[in-house]
Amino acid sequence: MTHLIIEISKYIIILLIIMYTYSCFAVYGYQDPERKTAMLRSQNVLMFLMHLIAFIVLYLNKLEMKIVLFWAMQVGLFLATILLYSIFYPKVSRLVINNMCMLLCIGLIMLTRLDYDKAFKQFVIAAAAIGISLFVPVIIRKIKILSELRVFYGAVGIISLGLVALLGRISYGAKLGFTIAGISIQPSEVVKVIFVFFVASSFKKSLEFKNIVITTAVAALHVLILVASTDLGAALIIFVVYITMLYVATKKPLYLLAGTGAGALAAVIAYNLFGHIKVRVNAWRDPFASYDTGGYQVAQSLFALGTGSWLGVGLTRGQPETIPVAAEDFIFSAIAEELGLVFALCLILICVSVYIMFLNIAMELRGMFYRLIALGLGTCYIFQVFLTIGGVTKFIPSTGVTLPLVSYGGSSLLSTLIMFGIIQGLYILREDEEETIEKQKKLRRKESNPASGRRARH
Amino acid sequence: MRKQKRDRNREFGFVTYSFVALFLCLMGYIVYFNLFRAEDILSSAYNERQDMYAKDVVRGAILDRDQNVLAETIVNEDGSETRSYPFSDLYAHVVGYSSHGKSGLEAKTNIELLTSNESFLTKIKRDFQDEKNLGDSVVTTLDSNLQQTAFDALGDRRGAVVVIEPSTGKILAMVSKPSFDPNQVDALWQELNTRDDSVLLNRANQGQYAPGSTFKLVTALEYMRENPDYPNYYYECSGAIDHYDLSIACYGHTAHGTVDLGDSIAYSCNTSFCNIGLGLDIGAYENTAEEVLFGKTLPGELKSAKSSFGLTKDASDGDKMMTAMGQGKIQTSPYHMALIAAAIANGGELMTPYLTDYILNSSGSEIEKNMPKSYGALMSVDEAAVLKEYMTRVINYGTATSLGYRSYSVAGKTGTAEYSTDSEKNHSWFIGFTNVDNPDIAISVLIESAEGTGAATDVAGAVFDAYYN
Repeated sequence: MTHLIIEISKYIIILLIIMYTYSCFAVYGYQDPERKTAMLRSQNVLMFLMHLIAFIVLYLNKLEMKIVLFWAMQVGLFLATILLYSIFYPKVSRLVINNMCMLLCIGLIMLTRLDYDKAFKQFVIAAAAIGISLFVPVIIRKIKILSELRVFYGAVGIISLGLVALLGRISYGAKLGFTIAGISIQPSEVVKVIFVFFVASSFKKSLEFKNIVITTAVAALHVLILVASTDLGAALIIFVVYITMLYVATKKPLYLLAGTGAGALAAVIAYNLFGHIKVRVNAWRDPFASYDTGGYQVAQSLFALGTGSWLGVGLTRGQPETIPVAAEDFIFSAIAEELGLVFALCLILICVSVYIMFLNIAMELRGMFYRLIALGLGTCYIFQVFLTIGGVTKFIPSTGVTLPLVSYGGSSLLSTLIMFGIIQGLYILREDEEETIEKQKKLRRKESNPASGRRARH
Repeated sequence: MRKQKRDRNREFGFVTYSFVALFLCLMGYIVYFNLFRAEDILSSAYNERQDMYAKDVVRGAILDRDQNVLAETIVNEDGSETRSYPFSDLYAHVVGYSSHGKSGLEAKTNIELLTSNESFLTKIKRDFQDEKNLGDSVVTTLDSNLQQTAFDALGDRRGAVVVIEPSTGKILAMVSKPSFDPNQVDALWQELNTRDDSVLLNRANQGQYAPGSTFKLVTALEYMRENPDYPNYYYECSGAIDHYDLSIACYGHTAHGTVDLGDSIAYSCNTSFCNIGLGLDIGAYENTAEEVLFGKTLPGELKSAKSSFGLTKDASDGDKMMTAMGQGKIQTSPYHMALIAAAIANGGELMTPYLTDYILNSSGSEIEKNMPKSYGALMSVDEAAVLKEYMTRVINYGTATSLGYRSYSVAGKTGTAEYSTDSEKNHSWFIGFTNVDNPDIAISVLIESAEGTGAATDVAGAVFDAYYN
């Protein structure tokens, strides 16, 4: 009987996520603001339904009261997030909020299924981080000197990464962070955000060749320290983010080509220099041939993907616990095994939708600094998604990064939620700008004096 | 104003499209992976997930071509399950066992056996009653009559027999001796693993032996390719050949007199083949060996050992002579030699060998059927025709006249492979096929350390008789 319920729930969950994903893209097509709002609201209904069905299955599997309580707590958190944002920031992008909650929701479902204790920790951190991130839009909106602090950003980034490289705790062959009072902190997660601010403020200051050289040198130092502490994923992300921001700021494709070339060269050198990287590349080439020397993780991940196939084996019916670090780096495979590849593909599309929204906001903004911030954070987000999903599906060598908002991990969760908060702040700035323009237009119309023809340039 | 905005955002657009394109590639790859790669990966021996299905499904049966049960799961009254093998040790290697890591078809068709294609309503009904679904059955191409005959004909001797239908690639029999009772695998596991006769090894496709004189067919093929004038080849056999300090004799020092290429095959004349071997181009010889799958992964559902050719560019004359007559460093399996015989029988074209004929659901409806597929040509039609003619001579006046004068025609090649200094005991080989003009079955027989000549030929004869009676 339970089996039957799980089978049926499987199809309903897939149906719900397909409808949700469709609305993520369809919403751009609606011009009528009322229909747009209705659609965004219906996204919440779909999410809560999916969440409910998943937790019914989880409860039937364990028959523990705490699962029901945990469900109620999560519903409370999502409702509070949606309500608080719409009360304090009525201008906020609802689609970004919805997607943020959806990704958290998928992560919490899977984590509860994998490991209740981890899921609970994740929930607590998520609640705290959302609380913190609620203040971020205000800071972005009110504090105007953010674009002047480039020395500060650069110094903080280099120093914290340097400390990790020297003192860091080793996890899966990479020095990632330290443990303070039982909480492990991975500075590289937060440094990614600070780095984007550094580059944006630096390019805002000047785009002269000399300044570009200096900025590139600091960026390269970030990457070098990360490579030295063998945090390959973060190094790659910083590199790609910098090249993208440099190209967009200077509008010179030459930089894009030169950067990519230098990156390829550096990759070859790093491959020959670090055993850690060699192991991962070999595991990618043939995880079964190198099963005992690093291929194990990817092989298990591929078994999970293949076993799940299109529709998944059903929540709680798979064996995601056989995938190493299933709650962190390999959560995508655990999701694909039990909820199916159709669900997993929808998850990818939701991430892409988040990214498109970020870039959309960037394009609408006017100040160079803010534009570059939105671009940098968006690239940081989407490239990390690409690295983790590409890695666990053997599309690219695995680099050991987490799936933002879905994977277990406090530092990653906090930095991603702050990132979302910053984007929301920028979105509000944009709305502010539009309002000012509207006002100016009205003012001009009132004056209706063609002689004073100083027109707004925008 | 719009144009300005577009100019300002051109780079943003480029970046967005680039990343969206990257993700489309990733998603395309995931779809491709699940459609074309997943099945292979799931059958990996490292995959422990397969048995997960056993929680909900009663493992299906494995049947022979007439749907006699070769393996089935019996659900006991207390709900426990027992895997039963009614033919006991007859199919131990090819059907295999389903515990201890699984082997044979039990391993290869594990997913099929644990998949239930019962009707949707039946499944729902069973779910409500908390009953397991019934797994699909695998109907094999195996013929119990031929399997039993080959098994009995080998008797207590160690060896293997493989029977293939050349026109389709269907494997009709695959016997390996010594055998064991798969019903007893759990009880005897320790003993089976420590026995010194490698009883668990499927000698048919995992055993590695010198092919002996059966390899002379490949040598003859290479000679034909290097010498278009091969019909005019003649050699004067005096019973032995001396080359510097090396001396190689024909079997029993028999002098075969003047032989052409076909006679050399028919009499299995060692000296003539040593003479041929000395003149061959090693590189071309190696290519020909590769074309008949030496050093290649052999087609088929069960994993087979790769055969090796072993003759290198810097080989001595002695090595060349030994290789030409199938000694030297060449190693092959009875299965591989059966594929070569089947290809010659089928005009040079090898049909991909297969064991799984079709899949039935528990109520007997066909779910999936394997159709014969061509693997490709191992040699040209003309070359196959010439070899076929030479192999007919082996039966007519050569080393296997005991297979002549039957109700069906036979073509074949015998072999004796030396493996130790004891010249009395050699591996005995026979490969060949019946109904030469339109071949019915191809066979490969190997008997380890057989006494006397023609041991393998007799086994082949028994199987042929069983097929036609």
